[in-house]
Amino acid sequence: MANTAANCPECDATVDVQGLLVGEILYCSDCSAELEVRSIEPAEVALAPQIEEDWGE
Amino acid sequence: MRIAILASRVRVEEKLLVEAAQQRGIAFEIIDDGELLLDLARPDERWRQFDAVLCRSVSQSRGQAVLAVLEHWGIPVFNTARVTNTCNDKLLTTLALLQANVPTPRTLLAFEQQTAIQGIETLGYPAVLKPVTGSWGRLLARVNDRDAAEAILEHQETLGGYQHQIHYIQEYVAKPQRDIRAFVVGGRTICAIYRASAHWVTNTARGAVTSNCPVTPELDELCLNAARAVGGGILAIDVFEDEQQGFLVNEINATMEFRNSIAPTGVNIPQEILEFLVSHARAEVTL
Repeated sequence: MANTAANCPECDATVDVQGLLVGEILYCSDCSAELEVRSIEPAEVALAPQIEEDWGE
Repeated sequence: MRIAILASRVRVEEKLLVEAAQQRGIAFEIIDDGELLLDLARPDERWRQFDAVLCRSVSQSRGQAVLAVLEHWGIPVFNTARVTNTCNDKLLTTLALLQANVPTPRTLLAFEQQTAIQGIETLGYPAVLKPVTGSWGRLLARVNDRDAAEAILEHQETLGGYQHQIHYIQEYVAKPQRDIRAFVVGGRTICAIYRASAHWVTNTARGAVTSNCPVTPELDELCLNAARAVGGGILAIDVFEDEQQGFLVNEINATMEFRNSIAPTGVNIPQEILEFLVSHARAEVTL
């Protein structure tokens, strides 16, 4: 069974990436930081990038 | 059949596309545009495995750049670099619509504060100032009087980058507290929604409420003409209803969001997108 737990880079709380995709956004349940899944195996998250001026549809 | 979904981040739309691909039995890979290193004269063989690349980059500048390179390498991309480039730029979109005689709000262009004010007053107050690039209704300004015009233009020229020195001045259309977003995939208007808001900006990103909009023959023809004007593909056409002028095409989006449009219309938009990809991917590949 893969370890799907990663640590929030903001508050070090444990966050679970099970069932998520790389690039998906989740929120840390402890500090509410917006996080981006960077890897599933090994589980890794990073602070999500802020919205840039050229972002859109 | 194998497709790549180019993305900056995986939003609801990308997850819906993944689900649709799985249901359709289409192999896919999500490629993060932030991780790419493209050696321009040496096409990366990795891309040859894909029959189609669907650009879903939330970063418009990254998406445009990658599309240009992949096209140069002969990889089928959706939408094309030219279509995406046109839709990402309000000035180019307006020119394409005018070229095709598609009705669109009157628009003036100016580069300096005094001529911009002259342009605004040519249209009359209120008028709308927009950045030529940008999305989600950000940095739109309804200019109600000369004081506001001077303040906004000064802010743009002082705080903005060079693109904010290009003043795109649009006639204000007194919409009936809603606009229309129609989805064109290939040669069909597959569905449309009303986006209703008490605010004059009616983007769903700004809280507008969606409901089904019937695709009448008139709306269908307008949207297909608008889509053709920018080169066609997978597009969302934003339409105003003006009491005097009728339908006016405001903008066209080449990497549209659709999460709020599936339920009110009952149309499986991600599935429609994938079917389009299947029918327009590399000709030699059969499913």
